[in-house]
Amino acid sequence: MSKAEATIEVRSNGHTLSLPIVAFQGSPSTLCKGCGHNSITSRLIDVAKAVGLNPYTTVKLSGIGCSSKTPAYFLNYSHGFNALHGRMPSVATGALLANHRLTIIGISGDGDTANIGLGQFKHACRRNLPILYIVENNGCYGLTKGQFSATADLHARLRRASGEENPAAPFDLCLEAIVGGASFVARSFAGDKKQLDSLLKAALAHKGLAFLDIISPCVTFNDFPESTKSWTWGREHNEPLQEIGFVPRLPEIEVEQQAGQLTKVQLHDGSTITLRALREDHHDVRSRASAMDLILSSQERNEFLTGLLYVAPEKPDFLDTLGMTDTPLAHLPDEALRPSPEALADAMEAF
Amino acid sequence: MTTSVQSQPEMGGVADARGSVNDLAIRVGTVNGSGSQSANLVLVRALFAMGIPCAAKNVFPSNIEGLPTWFHIRACEKGYIGNHPDPQVLVCMNEQTAADDVSQLCSGGVCIYRDDFKEGIGGLRDDVRFVPVPFAKLVGEAYPPDKSDPGYREKLRKVINMVYVGVVAGGTGIEMDAVRAAIRQQFPGRKAKAAEINIAAAEAGYAWVMENLPEGLPYRVERMDGTAGKILVEGNQAAALGAVFGGATVLSWYPITPSSSLAEYAEAYLKKYRTNPDGTRNFTVVQAEDELAAIGMGVGAGWAGARSITATSGPGISLMAEFVGLAYFAEIPVVIVDVQRMGPSTGLPTRTSQGDILAMHTLGHGDGRHIVLIPASPAECFAMTAEALDLAAEFQTPVFVATDLDLGMNLWMSDPFEYPEKPIRRGKVLDAEALEAHIQEFGSFGRYRDVDGDGVCYRTLPGTEHPLAAYFTRGTGHNEKSGYSERPEDWRANLDRLTRKLESARASLPKPVIEADPDAHVGLIAYGSSHWAAVEARDLLREQGIPTGYCRLRALPIDNTLGPGFVEKYDRVYVVDQNRDGQVNSLLRMTLVGGLDARLISVTHSNGTPIAAADIAGPITNWERSFHHDGSLTTPSQPPSEPRSDGPVVSTE
Repeated sequence: MSKAEATIEVRSNGHTLSLPIVAFQGSPSTLCKGCGHNSITSRLIDVAKAVGLNPYTTVKLSGIGCSSKTPAYFLNYSHGFNALHGRMPSVATGALLANHRLTIIGISGDGDTANIGLGQFKHACRRNLPILYIVENNGCYGLTKGQFSATADLHARLRRASGEENPAAPFDLCLEAIVGGASFVARSFAGDKKQLDSLLKAALAHKGLAFLDIISPCVTFNDFPESTKSWTWGREHNEPLQEIGFVPRLPEIEVEQQAGQLTKVQLHDGSTITLRALREDHHDVRSRASAMDLILSSQERNEFLTGLLYVAPEKPDFLDTLGMTDTPLAHLPDEALRPSPEALADAMEAF
Repeated sequence: MTTSVQSQPEMGGVADARGSVNDLAIRVGTVNGSGSQSANLVLVRALFAMGIPCAAKNVFPSNIEGLPTWFHIRACEKGYIGNHPDPQVLVCMNEQTAADDVSQLCSGGVCIYRDDFKEGIGGLRDDVRFVPVPFAKLVGEAYPPDKSDPGYREKLRKVINMVYVGVVAGGTGIEMDAVRAAIRQQFPGRKAKAAEINIAAAEAGYAWVMENLPEGLPYRVERMDGTAGKILVEGNQAAALGAVFGGATVLSWYPITPSSSLAEYAEAYLKKYRTNPDGTRNFTVVQAEDELAAIGMGVGAGWAGARSITATSGPGISLMAEFVGLAYFAEIPVVIVDVQRMGPSTGLPTRTSQGDILAMHTLGHGDGRHIVLIPASPAECFAMTAEALDLAAEFQTPVFVATDLDLGMNLWMSDPFEYPEKPIRRGKVLDAEALEAHIQEFGSFGRYRDVDGDGVCYRTLPGTEHPLAAYFTRGTGHNEKSGYSERPEDWRANLDRLTRKLESARASLPKPVIEADPDAHVGLIAYGSSHWAAVEARDLLREQGIPTGYCRLRALPIDNTLGPGFVEKYDRVYVVDQNRDGQVNSLLRMTLVGGLDARLISVTHSNGTPIAAADIAGPITNWERSFHHDGSLTTPSQPPSEPRSDGPVVSTE
């Protein structure tokens, strides 16, 4: 292996660092062999290397569940936080408030986000919190042995116990994200390497809440052919909306527009997503109404559409509204924290 | 054995029908939303300006508008600023509550009331003097109708309150110059026109008294010098300033009475004092969607290096419990100010209590104990909130500040706040350079390795540019390197270190304040807002021949020297709690060794009202009367008095 292959270059505080591959890798996975989450972890590692994501300034946060173990499995050089069940979004919010220069990757599961954490998820969307928010969606609670989550199929049957039927229809998390106010909403499949790579790259370049609902089969509790969260069903029914390309901010590269077929969306950092419509070529990814209509109609047709559903790169994110000083609050010097004795005297005047 | 006794009004400290000078309790009964707050503040500020120590309480039920509300003012030359339940002067502006209000006047008291009540109240008691005042007529003359002003009627409704200010001032000797100054302070700048209208209304009331009640009331005030160098302030304002001057950078909160004003004051002060000349802010404030998110943001911010703080009340800390447990175990700094109200559940949201004290100390699940700072005054609310931010950073742990509605939302005479001279403390945080040096010195970096032996480990913040800086924060069992571990020895070693850390912290906490009368056989322990009642109660007890030693607790975990340093010196030690079960009494019993716990007797008060001196002195006097000097009971088979259901409780076991 040549030296060039053994290190990855990343930008950090205006200089370039060469980091070993190990900086991007993580601990060995303790998840089941064949778990979709492991595939997603591989994609995260590959994408982080490909885009030169700086591990030092990236943090990985999660809630509780199989999915929420993921932060331990990639980016060794990044701080990680396995928080509380369903409450990763508030911890991510706090971390971002303390240091807005951090890149935050939040990883959650369907139980974590659609059940106990639905409130925090929706409020993160409402605030358009600038993080990458991934749901590894397998429609069940793996760690507690297969109970239904709020994304489980209606009439699905439990693998364990006496095969009880799920009486409630699932939440569609992409729909919830769009309604909630997220500015980048996509669905993908753990087995679709190419699409997932492009979506992850674009999501990392997005400024605002980038939500990825990734169907990630649970091989232990929910991988039977009729399950919409199984490998088989996912492979057979995956209907990519677009062929997605991601073009990093490299001025010398120009992508030609092909009339009526190619949509280009420029992201905040100057990078571009290119979307070549494969289906639903009337769908406008910049329209919430169009995206919601597409999701609802595909639900009616029992279709599994993947791809970028909605994006609003220009929408202000949460940090834009706060007027914080450029120095991260965590690094403000003492004199910026404690006002002068005169200020205290001024406050006391009112008493 | 448990018994209870009624408080003893004869020891109440405020003079009765014989009259008094500079010992005055006024109660104003109005309708919520009627704009009486300005008038009430003017009264108390005028008394303060005359140099008479004073305090005031808003007593309000949980509603927005239209229901009864009261304002209690106490002015006392002896400096007593604790609650005094029975007023000498009552102003009845709300007919709905008039009869009940009159029933609470002290014997010989004076009731000033609207002469346009549908039913006269003058015959309700024969030991009270009734003074009907033509408020509507007087305000109409002072503030004539103005057809060009569409808001006239609404303003009139508010201005009428200033008439009773004038009436009370004329009757008790409050100087009108002080009243006028207080009104101008209340209506500054662009509200100057309103100030003049209100001054006219107060003067109308004053003139009416001079004409109709020239002899005035038997309860008089005179200018003195008891407020020089002091301020009048709410505890929540003080704690808010404490957050600002303590260097808080992230305030995340969710509205809940009685803590909301703390966060609102803090936001206003932060905007004013922590905004850069270019308009950018050295802080951020987020109103979260609930308390779960408020503390989650606080924990996330503390983890990433901010000085984070949240304010809440009892039901809020319940929702925060899991996060607080995680923050304790994962060792993340965050400050929680709990402005306690009466629980359980929603309880009495606008009534005071010290009912969360044990919950704060032990919040979470499994093993965990938290630092709790317990201020007794606005000055301490300020200092301790600032200190809490340092302690949280220094010991990498949640720190509570335990105030209550009485302290937080009421107006107290206080010492001015002292500018924090000690530098801001950040605790053991390693940047990339320091981390490198640390690794050189100790061979490696382990997030949870106790290299100094004080239980406090070093941490790096997210964003630190060093290959060995990163670690994984988790609520699961972990080893020194923060790696996942369920090994019994790792778990136990971590718990032991956390215990060691708490011991290190204990030495840094505010010490109990101890004062003792000579020849005292009896000790008294109180904390927080009970302090003011305790100070007054000690004087009452002294008059009864019961000198006391007094210890005011200011922090949990309890100081290790409390047993030999205080409890050991007394035959009996009364522990005052504003909660039913004597929570701090229980904690002391768990803490004291060598049989000292047997000396403790619980004095509790838990009906939603702020504790008063009589609530402490009354039961202690009763109990002490049943003891011989050798400590034996005079009537061992009998409780000292008949139990009552609504009085303060003395309990022994």
